[in-house]
Amino acid sequence: MEIRKTALAGTLESSDAQVTVSPGDSGIELTLESSVMNQYGRQIRATVLDVLARLGVRDCRIKVVDKGALDCTLKARVECAVFRSNGISAGKVPWGGDIR
Amino acid sequence: MIPRPKPERFRLRRTMLFMNAQKPGLIKDAYIYGVDSIMLDLEDAVAENQKDAARFSLYHALTAIDYGQTEVIVRINGLDTPHWQEDIRCAVAGGVDGVRIPTCESAQDVRLVEEHVLAAEREFGVGEGRTLIMAALESPKGVLNAPEIAAASDRLFGIALSAGDFHRSMHTHYVPGGIELNTARSLIVMAARAAGVQCFDTVFTNLDDEEGFEAEVRMIHDMGFDGKSLINPRQIAYVHQTLAPTPKEIETAELYVRTYREQSQRGVGVYTVNGKMVDIAFIKDADRVLALAKACGVYHGDL
Repeated sequence: MEIRKTALAGTLESSDAQVTVSPGDSGIELTLESSVMNQYGRQIRATVLDVLARLGVRDCRIKVVDKGALDCTLKARVECAVFRSNGISAGKVPWGGDIR
Repeated sequence: MIPRPKPERFRLRRTMLFMNAQKPGLIKDAYIYGVDSIMLDLEDAVAENQKDAARFSLYHALTAIDYGQTEVIVRINGLDTPHWQEDIRCAVAGGVDGVRIPTCESAQDVRLVEEHVLAAEREFGVGEGRTLIMAALESPKGVLNAPEIAAASDRLFGIALSAGDFHRSMHTHYVPGGIELNTARSLIVMAARAAGVQCFDTVFTNLDDEEGFEAEVRMIHDMGFDGKSLINPRQIAYVHQTLAPTPKEIETAELYVRTYREQSQRGVGVYTVNGKMVDIAFIKDADRVLALAKACGVYHGDL
């Protein structure tokens, strides 16, 4: 999947994460800010990269501001941002397929 | 994916707690409150431009969080919106226990949702017939059609009054004592009982008015409601306590069941206990009280 335009999902509330994706041309450029960076930075990074790989996103700039989100929330926010950037977040979403 | 047990159409549903499906902080530990059912809301709690994000969040919550014995229902958006069909796909794919139809006005509405639920069960390989349905009655038309709605589907486990919109369409507002909802409540309980499904009362929104809340819980219990929708975890305990049979009720029920067994073996159908007439009609109710006491965890006898 390509990143067609800048898109954002999530909030800065506690237990949430705000994810912004925008088009890029040299692989995945991930910027991560987290309130639990020391404890979970590596795991958050791995989850984000894993979701992008699953969605077939090869080039994008992605910024994640994490406020202590669980893994399932993080996944939901990254997926939603990617689907929004393609204008396909509102219907016929592949639940259980690419979204899992 | 956390496998959820097959939903039971009829189970204990004293309390149903509303939660915004878009708020991770709320839904991640919703099961700790000991509520019978949680209602993950895609409708009014979610802003129009966040409907898509709420579904991603919902799908992962359903598949990743272990809710244990707590029933998980999803309130979909209204049938007059562009959202409800995708809401159903998402909830069913995530293995939800049931969906709640907001502003349900006819048996046709229930059947329409049922069709889409079945289609989603097939699309996602979820067991056919697994997903339950409940209908919220929020308009005069919905309340007046309660009998046909309550009997519309084998998946439907209950009907619920939702007073916010009902108040508006009736040109009235919350009144302590509930005179303005009197007819609606009565019709809903009667329609539910006639169709053999459950019925649930509306939310009580003023968290500071504890006395008003408690009076309302006692009233709807006396009217015969099975449970109540809630907006705050601190409302749970009082409902559970009030809806459980009292020690006195349990004692009477036990006495009726025991004496009825003895009497019927002797060929007697009607007799008196402590000056009160008892026959088979009392025994059915006594059985119901004992079943409810067991489900509420307050029965310690051996019947």
